[in-house]
Amino acid sequence: MWEITEESLEAIALGTGILGTGGGFNPYIGLLRAREVIRKYGPVKVLLPEELTDNDKIVCVGGIGAPTVDIEKIRGTDSYTALRAMEKQTNTKATALIAGEIGGGNSMEPIIAGAIANLPIVDADGMGRAFPELQMITFFMFGVSHNPTIICDEKGNVSVFPNAISPTWMERMSRAVCVQMGSIATWAFAPMTSIEVQHTAIPYTMTLAKDLGESILKSQTNKTDPISAIFKTIPGVILFQGKIIDVERRIIGGFTRGNLSIEGMNSFFGQTMEIEFQNENLIAKISGNTVCTVPDLICIVDTERGEPITTELLRYGFRVSVLGIPAPELLTRPEALKVIGPKAFGYEHDFIPLKIHT
Amino acid sequence: MRIGIDVGGTNTDAVLMDGTNLIAQMKSPTTSDITSGILTSIESVIKDGPKETINRLQAIMLGTTHFTNALLEKRGLAPTGVLRLCLPATTLLPPLIDWPKDLKTAIGGFHFLVPGGHEFDGREIASIDRKAILESVDEMKKTGIEALTISGVFSPVSNSHEKAAQEIIKEALPEIDITLSSEIGRIGILERENAGALNASLSKNAQLTISGIKKALLSQGINAPLFLSQNDGTLMDAEFATRYPVFTIASGPTNSMRGAAFLSNTSNGIVVDIGGTSTDVGALINGFPREASIAVEVGGARTNFRMPDVISIAIGGGSIIKTDPIEIGPKSVGFKLLEKALVFGGDIPTSTDYIVASKMTKLGNPDHVKNLDPKTVKQVTNLIKKRIETTVDQIKLNAEPVPVILVGGGSILLSDKLDGASSVIRPKNGDIANAIGAAIAQVGGQVENVYSLDKLTRQEAMSMAQNEAINKAISAGGDPKTVEIVEVEEIPLTYLPSNAVRIRTKAVGNLLGISS
Repeated sequence: MWEITEESLEAIALGTGILGTGGGFNPYIGLLRAREVIRKYGPVKVLLPEELTDNDKIVCVGGIGAPTVDIEKIRGTDSYTALRAMEKQTNTKATALIAGEIGGGNSMEPIIAGAIANLPIVDADGMGRAFPELQMITFFMFGVSHNPTIICDEKGNVSVFPNAISPTWMERMSRAVCVQMGSIATWAFAPMTSIEVQHTAIPYTMTLAKDLGESILKSQTNKTDPISAIFKTIPGVILFQGKIIDVERRIIGGFTRGNLSIEGMNSFFGQTMEIEFQNENLIAKISGNTVCTVPDLICIVDTERGEPITTELLRYGFRVSVLGIPAPELLTRPEALKVIGPKAFGYEHDFIPLKIHT
Repeated sequence: MRIGIDVGGTNTDAVLMDGTNLIAQMKSPTTSDITSGILTSIESVIKDGPKETINRLQAIMLGTTHFTNALLEKRGLAPTGVLRLCLPATTLLPPLIDWPKDLKTAIGGFHFLVPGGHEFDGREIASIDRKAILESVDEMKKTGIEALTISGVFSPVSNSHEKAAQEIIKEALPEIDITLSSEIGRIGILERENAGALNASLSKNAQLTISGIKKALLSQGINAPLFLSQNDGTLMDAEFATRYPVFTIASGPTNSMRGAAFLSNTSNGIVVDIGGTSTDVGALINGFPREASIAVEVGGARTNFRMPDVISIAIGGGSIIKTDPIEIGPKSVGFKLLEKALVFGGDIPTSTDYIVASKMTKLGNPDHVKNLDPKTVKQVTNLIKKRIETTVDQIKLNAEPVPVILVGGGSILLSDKLDGASSVIRPKNGDIANAIGAAIAQVGGQVENVYSLDKLTRQEAMSMAQNEAINKAISAGGDPKTVEIVEVEEIPLTYLPSNAVRIRTKAVGNLLGISS
């Protein structure tokens, strides 16, 4: 067990930005919100998955909607409202909370609800990174029930979905409700048992986010190379280093799709990398050859400072390093690849697991 | 004829112009009292001009760092409050949340939350609540605030609540200076509200300063109207500037870029302004500086109003050079270059000395630098070139080579061959590009709104935005015959299945009655 304090939030926010692989909610707003709540209610305990007991009931809370709305109609403590509504609906007392998505600002929701409810959070999540939709959460891919799901807004509206026939249907219906709620809302999913969490969650991702953030901050203070600091924390490879020479974006069905060209520098001089993104970075190619595919993490960071760059901020001239980080094992199983593999995002490729030379 | 003045951190530059002709110029050290410095330079260029100049003046155009300095030094700021129309939303992050303590203390940091604001598609979050606003007014009276910014959730989509609240408060507290956040910033409530609060806190200072300058001009027999430079490269009249002083922030780099465009007769390209301590690099689009699209900090507060997209690096003509290992700046001898640099008989090696040693330019006494190691000279000059080239590349939007315009006193640091430049232009009088930029008589109107396309077509939304921008330019003093749209940008909103679009547009025209 460890504790999330006000001081550790900056590192966690930075680390979740790396794990966001270009997508997720704005980590700055998430950081400010969590900081306010921790200042008021105190630090939040973090339980390792193996510390959960048979009596534990674990509720996943998170946000859904448009990041653009989140910087204007900033969410409050709605994840706490969602938690209490779920307890009432299922007549259960939650004993711990868990994040659905560690990547980006969504990682802060269980911290916010946990601080207010005085409940610990589990050092794990349902993605190990960021993905755009509900059915891409590992709990549901590996058989945990999504019924009931609850969506709340800041006005006090609570919408209960007792029975969606699949996670994909839940995604569709909840997004429609979310638009009515003003395109930002907070959800809670049916309580899970400790066995369910231990079998279907990606473990230790809150620790990973904190360690990643701390190593980058430390390298910035000591003026050492942030990239090697990152790889001391997590196994991975530098897929490419260079300068962004082109960014092309188009909006299809409310989601950003685009591609990015990077001209090689240093040991990659003379080569070009192409990255395809749909909110998150999904496919990376060097001179036409695919070198990394979703669900492996393709993280674009500022070469000098190691700070993550989200897809909306990508711009010509940025000096970037593209890092390939192998996906957690759960995401590479056949039942997961059906939902979050390259084909699920409309690409012809099969998943090519990243090879790490150690 | 008109006078352009740019009051910078170190120097005040003034020019007298007749149409496109430069008649007289003057450079003097900036004085701590803004008014006397301005008067001195005005008198000087009038004296150098033809007879009757004083009676032929059509406008005085002023670019100043006065209000930026007030914020940085926390001097002359009014006690300021923020009223947010938001309840029940956004309560977790109240106004001024991430401000540096000293700036927050300097303005008092009072805030009031009341029902109101809108959704992204224009629906109300809650209706305006007169009673709640009047209760806040009672609180405001207790705090003694003199200025207020009103911010509503999604006010860039609909500002009707901000306006309604303004009416109610004006009636109850007629003395208070009110800034509406929707008139200053964009989507992103914290940053927009911050910009609004900074503006409100400057309002009293602006009234005093600007009326002081106007009075001083009149006492010297100058009847020409006073205009101030805004950070988007257009002018505002003195009355408008009194209400929106925050728009003067970063008008210095903007004026240099506008002046560079005018002097080089180039509307699109990159401007490199090399001063004594630093180099500013920015992009020109249709003669105006490109705007930053991400949050820009002012005095430590994050803001999102239209600031020029400028990268500053610590390389200038006075940068101090160390050789083991090679380091350029960030320390500089600044305006003491003429006494401290080796070529001028001083004892501090500066970037200027290395450029002279490399024989790229002749300046001072080259004998004083002949002992510099030729290999190091080559390394230093290459490094200066490389750093500026990298910055130019970072400000570009694509790989196409573009014209690079060099201005500022330090432009001798660069040769005429730059990577990524289709050509290198060194306009005549480039060292006073800032004052010339101030003297370009154009006014503008800018609109950035989110439009829901449920009831509007895209075309209708476009023309609404453009008409609003044109009307703003005309009411700012623009000649309707010359006002035209210079920029239209359409930004779709992501993760929103419904149809909404953000449109940013800008209209610009000549100041009515003045040809330039």
